[in-house]
Amino acid sequence: MLSAPLIILLQPRGLAWAGATAVALLSFAIAVALTIAVLGGQTQVYAMGGWPAPYGIELAVDSFSALVLLVVTGAGAGALLAARPSIDQQIEHQRQPLFYSAWLLAMSGLAGIVVAADAFNIFVFMEISSLASYVLIAGGPDRRALPAVFKYLIMGTIGATFYLIGVGLIYMMTGTLNLADMEARLGDVTELNPILVAAGFITIGLALKAAVFPLHVWLPNAYTQAPHMITVFLAACATKVAIYVLIRFDYMVFQAKLDDHEAQFALFLMPLAILGILVASAVAMFEGHLKRLLATSSVAQIGYILLGASFVSESGLAASAMHIFNHALAKGGLFLAVACLAFHYSDLRLDQLGGAAKRMPFTCAALVVCGFSLIGIPGTAGFISKWLLITAALETGPMGWLLVAVILVSSLMAVVYIWRIVEKLYFGAPDQDDIAVSEAPLQLLLVTWLVALLNIGFGLFPTVPLTLANASATVLMGYSG
Amino acid sequence: MTPESTILAAICLPLAGALAIGLAGRVSANLRESVTMVTAGTLAWLVWSLLPTLMAGGRPAVEVSEVMPGLSIAFRVEPLGMLFAALASGLWIVNSIYSIGYMRGNKEKNQTRFFVCFALALSATMGVAFAGNLFTLFLFYELLTLSTYPLVSHKGDAATVRSARVYLGVLLTTSIGLFLPAIIWTYAVAGTGDFVLGGILAGNLGDPEVGLLLALFVFGIGKAAVMPVHRWLPAAMVAPTPVSALLHAVAVVKAGVFAITKIIVYVFGIDFLFASPSSGWLLYVAVFTILAASLVALRQTNIKRLLAYSTIAQLSYVVMAAAILKPLAEVGAAIHIVAHAFGKITLFFAAGAIYVASKKTEIYQLKGIGRRMPWTMTAFTIGALSMIGVPPTAGFVSKWYILAGAFQADNLVAVFTIIASTVLNAAYFLPILYMAWFAREESGGKEHGEAPFAAVLALTITAVLTLAFFLFNGPVIDLESQVVRGLN
Repeated sequence: MLSAPLIILLQPRGLAWAGATAVALLSFAIAVALTIAVLGGQTQVYAMGGWPAPYGIELAVDSFSALVLLVVTGAGAGALLAARPSIDQQIEHQRQPLFYSAWLLAMSGLAGIVVAADAFNIFVFMEISSLASYVLIAGGPDRRALPAVFKYLIMGTIGATFYLIGVGLIYMMTGTLNLADMEARLGDVTELNPILVAAGFITIGLALKAAVFPLHVWLPNAYTQAPHMITVFLAACATKVAIYVLIRFDYMVFQAKLDDHEAQFALFLMPLAILGILVASAVAMFEGHLKRLLATSSVAQIGYILLGASFVSESGLAASAMHIFNHALAKGGLFLAVACLAFHYSDLRLDQLGGAAKRMPFTCAALVVCGFSLIGIPGTAGFISKWLLITAALETGPMGWLLVAVILVSSLMAVVYIWRIVEKLYFGAPDQDDIAVSEAPLQLLLVTWLVALLNIGFGLFPTVPLTLANASATVLMGYSG
Repeated sequence: MTPESTILAAICLPLAGALAIGLAGRVSANLRESVTMVTAGTLAWLVWSLLPTLMAGGRPAVEVSEVMPGLSIAFRVEPLGMLFAALASGLWIVNSIYSIGYMRGNKEKNQTRFFVCFALALSATMGVAFAGNLFTLFLFYELLTLSTYPLVSHKGDAATVRSARVYLGVLLTTSIGLFLPAIIWTYAVAGTGDFVLGGILAGNLGDPEVGLLLALFVFGIGKAAVMPVHRWLPAAMVAPTPVSALLHAVAVVKAGVFAITKIIVYVFGIDFLFASPSSGWLLYVAVFTILAASLVALRQTNIKRLLAYSTIAQLSYVVMAAAILKPLAEVGAAIHIVAHAFGKITLFFAAGAIYVASKKTEIYQLKGIGRRMPWTMTAFTIGALSMIGVPPTAGFVSKWYILAGAFQADNLVAVFTIIASTVLNAAYFLPILYMAWFAREESGGKEHGEAPFAAVLALTITAVLTLAFFLFNGPVIDLESQVVRGLN
């Protein structure tokens, strides 16, 4: 997975793309193989360099990591597969090999976070992926990307630093960095205050990285200004990986050992999740720029994932894990369609998009399908996670009805903002009278439709992600026992 | 073909038809319309071929996939769904004939999209009719909403898009905001959402939650247009007339009342509901809707808006009949779906034919039009009489059964409502008939004759059906009585 430096050597840009895509596809294949192995029932562990844990560096893949790994590598491979025409359009040719290698670095960083079994390596991979994604976002043709990246850089660094402080504190108290070891040794620690502080630092640092409301301000700008294909990739998996670490830390390490941690976790995150869902959806309803609208909606969707996790129940966690997967499909598909639209509409403000459905009928149809999935129309992937989330909310007792109301109200808000897009595409005043069909490049369009069909496919046959999500929930809840 | 594969074929055929229509539309309009007719004919043949199995008491069922444990996409044909599917698929043929005449006569744009979405809507309708559990019902219910949206917004100008937004907004808001939680609640307490005769909720839910759940279902199924979620129906009047006919007679509103009836019979179970005092409100809401909508209809001057409010009232007839919770009334509810479909489709076809021939949309413009368009206005008269419930029309049969059910339950409120609304129906339909046949035409009007042949043919067929149903309703009543026999 760390073949990125090689790509720089592939000077002809065609080769660089082919190399990067091949590597991404290969890692996707590895992820699939790992998933199959994990579905078989046991955690896959690999000790780097043959040193056993807790001394050596250990990589471990259980069902939760497998699910997120699938998302990361799938998003990377899918986006790279489709990327070439869009990247040709947006990035200067001589910079492309560098760009692709940064992309691979980002992907391997994210994948590294998911498979790493110790807290410090998570930090290292986090830095790799963050630095690479700063480069990727700044790579866009528009100079407005630079302030957006700067904001992201500052916020991201604060987040990573907070995380590191937390990890440092825990190391001080337990003398280990390995997550499983940490969990075991925390039981012997008598003075719990530093651990509490550490939990606070880690949670907030990761919440920053995950763009949890109200720490999300970097996200809409960064996603809007990034090159379109980078938005596809990052929106599908970047924040989800941070949430993955957050959930893993809180459930695996802290939950069992800190008194009342469950309550603190739930009380801290649930209101934030609810606020994030409602506020971000409301903002998206009035947003005038297509990419910003979708980016803002991501903040709301992250709220769903957190909401499920904050129930501290198996069904809630399963809903979260499922939504990580399904939202990646829906939002990835939407941004792919945006990349297609960008071939004709350099300014992606909604009021510029009139008549797009006549010019690019297939792109717009794919966008509508993915939009349905985001809303949670039955028959699409988004419906499955919404169903799970509502079922989990009902299990939380009388409060559950309020949560259900929040989920439903925000679904309706999603209807509003998706429908604003649809009306513009299909009924907006066209920029010229006589529009000929002129679609995005086939390569891009095919991948877009593949993702759109996957949204339907996983809406009707969600067995594989569902099994993984349920298994991860069981594993994570198992630590609290 | 086995009945099981017939079910799947009935759902997939319109989908394949939609694809073929889309492709054929690129070649020529004639080919496209031939494909539409062939698809409609084949679909009707498929659906009707299930009828003997049903009459013999068979209940073919098929499970397509298990989405989540306990949550599957499954189909099961029972008398109510059979009736609805047979009705919708049969009327699609007539509606297609009419559409061809109407769309050509009006030189509408985007006709291919129109026929494609029509086929998609029919596929969704078949899914609703044959759904074997709540989840499947919901899936196709939403598909129906989405596939009819392009039809409602067909014209594409600003006013139409606004109205279509109301249409979509009301239907999606109610279905996601109320219907979906009701379904999830049902799954949560009963552990299943399968349609079982006698219901699945008895013993799982007490008072007053039953009443609340019923409210979530009734108002969540916005397609049934029970007040106050009826706003979308008048708004949808911006659609081309064949679409209005689809909405009012063939698929959409019928899917709504059908779903409510089905849920009352197969999810709650009428005995369970009858024993739960907290469900009593439904009857009164339906009564209110019938009377209020009829009063509003009295004040309308636009023909299509008048028909829309008349539909709202007639839909609540079905809901009221279902809410009487007596066997004869349930039969009445099912038959009223059919009777109203025949009558209302005739009325809409006539209103559309008048528009195509003369561009007239208001009631006061209809003076003396009976002489110019005798076929159309005769059909209109038959449809109107059926709405009032005068023999020998279809409307009389269903009113008879609903009244019988009301007496069975000693429900004087329902009896009174039926009488009052019959008077109101007469009060708003008879003046139109008088004006069309007996008033003198104002001078200076446009010279015109009948609408295109295809449109006149279609409305003649439905008018004849309205009359025929009065005489030959035995098989339908036999079929629906199967549900009742299980209930007794």
